[in-house]
Amino acid sequence: MVYMRQVGARVKRKEDPRLITGSSNYVDDFNPRGVGHLGILRSVYAHAKINGIDTSAAKAHPGVIAVFTGADVPELDRPMPHGEGETAGGQKGMVGIVTAPLATDRVRHVGQAIAAVVAEDRYIARDALDLIVVDYEPLDAVIDIEEAVKDGAPQLYDEVPNNTAYTWTRKRGEVDAAFAEAEVTVTQRMNNQRLAAISLETRGVLAQPDPLSGGLTVYTSTQNPHSVRAEIARTLGLSEIEIRVVAPEVGGGFGAKISSYPEEMIVAALARKLNRPVKWIETRSEHLLATHHGRGQINEISLAAKRDGTITGLRMRCLADLGAYPRDASVPPLTGMLMSGVYGYQNVDIEIRGVYTNTMATGAYRGAGRPEAAYYVERIMDVLAAELGIDPVEVRRKNFIPPDAFPYKTPTGPTYDSGDYNKPLDKALAAADYQGQRAEQRQLRAQGRYRGIGVVTFTEICGFGPFDSASVRVEPSGKVTVATGISPHGQGQETTFAQMVADELGVSMDDVIVVHGDTARTPAGKGTMGSRGLVVGGSALFKTLGQIKEKATKIAAHLLEASPEDIEFREGKFGVKGAPDRTKTLVDIAAAAYSGSLPDEIGTGLEATDFFAPPGTTFPFGADVVTVEVNPETGEVALLRYVAIDDCGRVISPLLVDGQVHGGLTQGIAQALFEEVVYDEQGQLVTGTLMDYAVPKPEYVPMFENDRTETPSPHNPLGAKGIGELATIGSTPAVVNAVVDALAPFGIRHLDMPLRPQRIWQAIQDAQAKAPAAAD
Amino acid sequence: MATHPITLTVNGSQRQGQVEPRRLLVHYLRDELGLTGTHIGCETSQCGACTVILNGQAVKSCTVFAVQADGGQVMTIEGLAQDGQLHPIQEGFWEEHGLQCGFCTPGMILSTYDLLLKNPDPSEQEIRHALHGNLCRCTGYQHIVKSVQYAANKMKGAPAVAD
Repeated sequence: MVYMRQVGARVKRKEDPRLITGSSNYVDDFNPRGVGHLGILRSVYAHAKINGIDTSAAKAHPGVIAVFTGADVPELDRPMPHGEGETAGGQKGMVGIVTAPLATDRVRHVGQAIAAVVAEDRYIARDALDLIVVDYEPLDAVIDIEEAVKDGAPQLYDEVPNNTAYTWTRKRGEVDAAFAEAEVTVTQRMNNQRLAAISLETRGVLAQPDPLSGGLTVYTSTQNPHSVRAEIARTLGLSEIEIRVVAPEVGGGFGAKISSYPEEMIVAALARKLNRPVKWIETRSEHLLATHHGRGQINEISLAAKRDGTITGLRMRCLADLGAYPRDASVPPLTGMLMSGVYGYQNVDIEIRGVYTNTMATGAYRGAGRPEAAYYVERIMDVLAAELGIDPVEVRRKNFIPPDAFPYKTPTGPTYDSGDYNKPLDKALAAADYQGQRAEQRQLRAQGRYRGIGVVTFTEICGFGPFDSASVRVEPSGKVTVATGISPHGQGQETTFAQMVADELGVSMDDVIVVHGDTARTPAGKGTMGSRGLVVGGSALFKTLGQIKEKATKIAAHLLEASPEDIEFREGKFGVKGAPDRTKTLVDIAAAAYSGSLPDEIGTGLEATDFFAPPGTTFPFGADVVTVEVNPETGEVALLRYVAIDDCGRVISPLLVDGQVHGGLTQGIAQALFEEVVYDEQGQLVTGTLMDYAVPKPEYVPMFENDRTETPSPHNPLGAKGIGELATIGSTPAVVNAVVDALAPFGIRHLDMPLRPQRIWQAIQDAQAKAPAAAD
Repeated sequence: MATHPITLTVNGSQRQGQVEPRRLLVHYLRDELGLTGTHIGCETSQCGACTVILNGQAVKSCTVFAVQADGGQVMTIEGLAQDGQLHPIQEGFWEEHGLQCGFCTPGMILSTYDLLLKNPDPSEQEIRHALHGNLCRCTGYQHIVKSVQYAANKMKGAPAVAD
C-alpha cells in the first residue's frame, strides 16, 4: 500500500453518512418515555410592569401537566448570569445587570419569557399558552440607540443613566494634532444593522432526570456544553458532576448558541421539579424574538490623511445596541480593538458606548465585533480613496503594515501574530484581472451601465483560549478514540481531527472516531466559536498525540529491542533508524500496550489527555475583489463575480476550508444586500418569520472563485489561524464597496445596509434630483 | 379533539394512524412514526427542511395536514437509500461536501430528487432555481450545486467528475 498523508488532502467527511440518510439525532429527535412538551409565554410588550399572571385556565386545560411562573420556581426567579464572565455580560466596568429566566414583575423586550406550560403534547402546550392572562402595565419603550442615550429617554434600569451600560475608549498617539494638520479628512456615519443568526435548526432543550448522578442529563442545541453545564448547575444549586450536558447533532450556531439561555434553565428546573423529561423546541418565530441578534451599531468614523493616501489618524464614535439585557457585552469592544485593520496608522481615538434598548439582546454572530470593524475600516478607506481620487487598491497598499513588522503591536490593542497583506491582495487582483475589469468598467460607464468593483483587505482576531483539550485512547485493537473539548456543529472536526490522527499515528481515518459535545465523555473544554476549533482544539489534539507517540516509541523500542532514541516514525510506522524492515505498526504497539507484560518503566495502556492554552491569538487575513452591476431603473444589484483569497495559516482539510469560505461569504453578502432585523417604534418585531427576514436563497449568490495563501501562525503547533469567520468579515464591505463604486457616477459616496433595490433606487433618485446632469 | 383514521404508504410500508385534523404531516412522520430525518426549520414553508416526496412530488410537510396525505405515498430521507446503497444524490452530497451541519440536507436531497425526475440534466441556474425553496445557512450553496451536478451525471450513467 502506498503511504499517503491525509493532512492537506481532499477527504470526504466522516460526519456525512449519518446526516445524508437522516439517521442521526438533533435535540428534537429524542422522545424519551413520558416526555412533557414545554411552551413559553412571552411578553407582547417591549416594556411593561407585570401586575399579575393568571394561569388557572391553562392549568385546567386537558392534557396540561403543569404551568409555572417565576413565583412558583425560586430557581427561575433568581438572577441568571449572562455570558461566561463573572461581570455581567463579560464586560469590565459595567453595572451588573442580571435578569431571571422567568420575568415576574417587569418585562423589557417583546419575547421575554414570563411563564411556562408543560403538556402531554406540543399542540396542547401551545393551546394552553393562549389561556394564560397577564396583567401588563405598559411603560414607554426606547428602541433606537441614538434616542436611548438622550436625556429624558425611557430608562430600562434605574441604576443605568442614559441607558449607557459602559463606555469603552482607546486613545493612542496624537489624534487631535493629526486631524488639525491633515491635508485631507473624511467623515462618514455608517450603520451596522441587526442580524439574526438563523441556524437552520432552532434552539431546543431536553432535560431528563439522571439516576446515575441524581441530577439531570440535558440535551441542548449549543456550541458550548461545558459552559452550559456550569450555568445550569449554578442555577439549580447543584454541582457540575450532577449535570451532564450533551450537544447532539447541532444544526448550526453561528455564535447565537455560545452562551446559555433562560430556556435551558427553565427546562432543567422544571424537569427536576416534575421529575420527568421535559422538552422545549424553539419555533422559528421564537428564534427571531428570543435568540440573541448580532451587530446593531451606529458609528461615525473619520480619517485624517495626506494627499498621497497615507492615513495619519482615525477617530470613531460608536453606539452599540446591547438590547434589553447583556448577553455578551464584550462584543462591541472587539470592534474597537480591530479598528487597525491591516493598516499601520498610529493615532487613534475610539469610543464605543454599549447601550440598552427595549429589544432582544445582542451577542456574538459570525465574526462578533470584527465584521463591524472590518466594515468601518474598509468602507472609510474607499471614502478616502474617492475623496483623493486614488485607486482603492493603492490607498490600501500605502498603509499596509509591512511584512517585517510582525509580531505587530497595534495602537488599538491586539498584537498581530503574522501577516503579509500584499500576498492575498496580489493574488486576488490577478485572479480577478483587476486592471482589465477597471478598463471594462470605464467602457460600460460610457454606455450608461453601472458596473462596480469592490476591493477589501482585512484581518480579524481568533483562536481565543483560555484553553482546550483532547483525550486520545488507542484501543487494544489499534483503533483510536479521540474526545475533544470543542463542540463542532457543522465545521467537520470529526474529519479534520481524524486526518491529523491518521498522519501522526499511522492509522486509517476509518479507524478513528472523534467524540464531542458531551460533558460526560469529553475533557473540560470551551466549545466551538470564534474560529477556535482547529486552532485551539486541534492544537490540544496535536499535543496529546505527541504524548501517545512518545509512549508508542518506547513500546516499539521494547518490541524491536532497540533504544527509543533509535526509533523513528516513518510512513506511518515506528521503525529502527537505518533498518527499513524493522518496524511496528500502531496495531502491534496497541496489542503490546494492553498485554500486561510491558516493563514497569513503560507501563500498561496507551492513552493520554492534554490541554492547549494558546500563548496568543491568531490573525487570519485576506483580500476580496467583487464585481457587481446595478440596474439604475430598479436598483437591483447583480453579483457578477466574487474572488476571495484567504490566509488562514496552515490548512488541514482544503475542502472543508472551501466550505467555510463559501458559507461565510454568503452570510457577509447577506448583511450587505438582504438581511435586517427590524423593530417598529413600539418595539414590536417586524421581521418575525422567514417570510420577513431575508435569508439568501441559492439564486442570490454566484459561484465563488476562492483560493488561499498560507502564512503560518507562530501561536500554535499547527500554524493554523482559523477560517470560520474570515470570509464573512471581508464580504460585507467588499459588496458595499462594489455597489457604491457602481454608483460613483451619481456622486454617491456611501449607502447604509442592507442595499436592497428600494434604497439604491431612492439614492439614485435623490442624487439625480440634486444634480440632474451628474449621471448623464 | 376528535381524531381521524389515516392510512399512508411510507417508504414502501403501509402505516395506519389516528390523528387530530390539525396534526401536521411532519409531526405525524416524526413523532408518531419516528422518522426524524425530516426536519422542521421555519413553520412557514420558507426553509424546506421538512421536504418529503408525497405522491411523486416534493412537498413541505410542515404545511400539509396528515389527513390531507391520507391514502398517499410518502417517501422520506430514510427511504432513499436502497439495500444499504446510497442513492446517487446522497453520494453527490457526500462526495462534493454539500453539507455542513446537515439540518437542511434531507430536504435539499429530496428537492433534488424531485428536480432530477423532471429535469435530468439541469444547468447551474436551473439547479439554483429548483432549490429556491430550500435554505442552507452553512454552505453558501456552491457545494450543493456541485452535489446536484454530480448526482445528475451519475444518474445519466456518465462518469461523475470530482474536481
